[in-house]
Amino acid sequence: MNQPIYGVMAEFDNPSALVSAARAAREKGYRKLDAYSPFPIEELGDALHLHKNKLPLLVLIGGIVGGTIGYALQYFVAVMYYPINVGGRPLHSWPAFIIITFEMTILFAALTAVFGMLGLCGLPMPYHPTFNVPRFALASRNRFFLCIESDDPLFDHRKTSEFLETLGPREVSEVAH
Amino acid sequence: MAKDQQVLDSPESKQIIAPGYTFGTVTDQIASVVLTKKTPYVVMGTFAVAMGLLLIFLLAVALLFTKGLGVWGLRGPTMWAWDITNFVWWVGIGHAGTLISAILLLLNQQWRNSINRFAEAMTIFAVACAGMFPILHLGRPWLMYWLFPYPNTMGIEPNFRSPLIWDVFAVSTYATVSLLFWYVGLMPDLATLRDRSEHRALKVTYGILAMGWRGSAKHWAVYETASLLLAGLATPLVLSVHTVVSFDFTVGIVPGWHSTFFPPYFVAGAIYSGFAMVLALAIPLRSVYGLKGLITDKHLDNAAKVMMATGLIVGYSYIMEAFSAWYGGNVYEQAAMWNRMTGPYKYQYWVLIACNVIAPNALWFKKVRANSVVLFIWSLIVLVGMWLERFVIIVASLAQDNLPSSWRVFESTRWDWATYLGTIGLFLFLFMLFIRLLPMISIFEVRTLLPQAKIKEDSRR
Repeated sequence: MNQPIYGVMAEFDNPSALVSAARAAREKGYRKLDAYSPFPIEELGDALHLHKNKLPLLVLIGGIVGGTIGYALQYFVAVMYYPINVGGRPLHSWPAFIIITFEMTILFAALTAVFGMLGLCGLPMPYHPTFNVPRFALASRNRFFLCIESDDPLFDHRKTSEFLETLGPREVSEVAH
Repeated sequence: MAKDQQVLDSPESKQIIAPGYTFGTVTDQIASVVLTKKTPYVVMGTFAVAMGLLLIFLLAVALLFTKGLGVWGLRGPTMWAWDITNFVWWVGIGHAGTLISAILLLLNQQWRNSINRFAEAMTIFAVACAGMFPILHLGRPWLMYWLFPYPNTMGIEPNFRSPLIWDVFAVSTYATVSLLFWYVGLMPDLATLRDRSEHRALKVTYGILAMGWRGSAKHWAVYETASLLLAGLATPLVLSVHTVVSFDFTVGIVPGWHSTFFPPYFVAGAIYSGFAMVLALAIPLRSVYGLKGLITDKHLDNAAKVMMATGLIVGYSYIMEAFSAWYGGNVYEQAAMWNRMTGPYKYQYWVLIACNVIAPNALWFKKVRANSVVLFIWSLIVLVGMWLERFVIIVASLAQDNLPSSWRVFESTRWDWATYLGTIGLFLFLFMLFIRLLPMISIFEVRTLLPQAKIKEDSRR
């Protein structure tokens, strides 16, 4: 099944055509496909069943870790490592520690959100086969692309191209590796 | 973001973006500001002025390092004056950027989409300017890393019960999160610039910065989640930062500072001055670059309304400040308030009342909000008023504190002026570089506002 190309790509000139094409390809049974658009399209997520991702869970963990580190650091410094007796007040003065705990929670959660997003997307990725299609430069301007990848079990270079042609694209091109 | 494209359909609201744009034209119009070789003379002129002020800043800082803090007008009992005033002023200005990018995103206010990018840039540069002052005020700024807890041979650690350490954590977290949020928002647009630029070096530079973004639906899904999560995290953060800034004062027992309503009062003032700065930047920018179709009068109108609303909160706070000083029955608080109104800083106090309480009421009138020249002047008035507010709170309280024998009126020096104007230069310098090198309006978010972006579902569904 391993073909020498990455996949076949159809170009559309409006988002509605892309969404209905993506839906049609899913209905046809294709699973290894991706759509490319110059802005986020929520309906595309529906069409390609992309709504769940692990990022919120990662961010929650990041926030909890950050908050714990923040509080533990202050507790360690103020109670164990460098205790300062201020008029006999308790060393473990937790209300004063809340602010830095909060800031560290936000900091770690935000760092997790950004690096988690990059990780889940597999970025940075300087090279990708789709960039071999000259017209793909318009994917960041005003064109919408649907790519069916060659490792899809139903993929057949000729048949898949013909199928994409039926969806009313501007152009169908093959994506070299 | 901006998943819900109903705004353009709703009949009662005016369109956010002028009609007639397509995905291609918004892209080209915004990208051309960066990719053209022509820079308007106004921008070059402003850049030159900013560069001049930046050099003055370097001179002032060099003098400060060689001679010490005495070059500023700091004499007991006023041991922090302009530096902390400037710090609070700059941090406050930054807050409008986060408000626009985070809070208005969560509230699904789509008019933010064409002003959020440069407002976020404003945040980052304002925080950079703000960060200068506490560091310069340390006396030995090269030892600023002592503020952070790290294992050291001196065997000492920072005191986590001090608001000044809270400030270190709050402001550095704020700067980091703002920078990340801004960069994440830039990634799709950097990809646009990579694909649009013709010069090889530009392609490579923008390509590296875009990290290989290709607009994949799988990526957009994660990206949208990340944006919402970052907005959700930045919202409490921005409120906490100015709260912590106000703790620098309220935790102290100086009369005029020791008050529980400082946090909300400071946050409102921050957003007030920040929206003034947004207007002061947006109005000239859209004229110079012909972007009135993207930053429309509707945007200015909305920003002016936010400015007025927060201005009224600030005005209310002034009244409550005077009322609680009087009603609280503490003679020191009463004296501090009375000194503010009638003492050596009475001119500053009454000018700030005029700028912050009386002037914003002009914004009730639609004619005022519709006139961009008047709005520009009004935003400068607000910026001056908010600077004076911090000056009066800080200096008037310190100069006449609990011990009359130590009272002394603060006199600013030319180096106070040079440092302050210098940071304005630094801010403008960074901002001019930003509008020349990066898209100042979020291209992909503006695309979502176009009527064409709405998906027309076929009946097969």
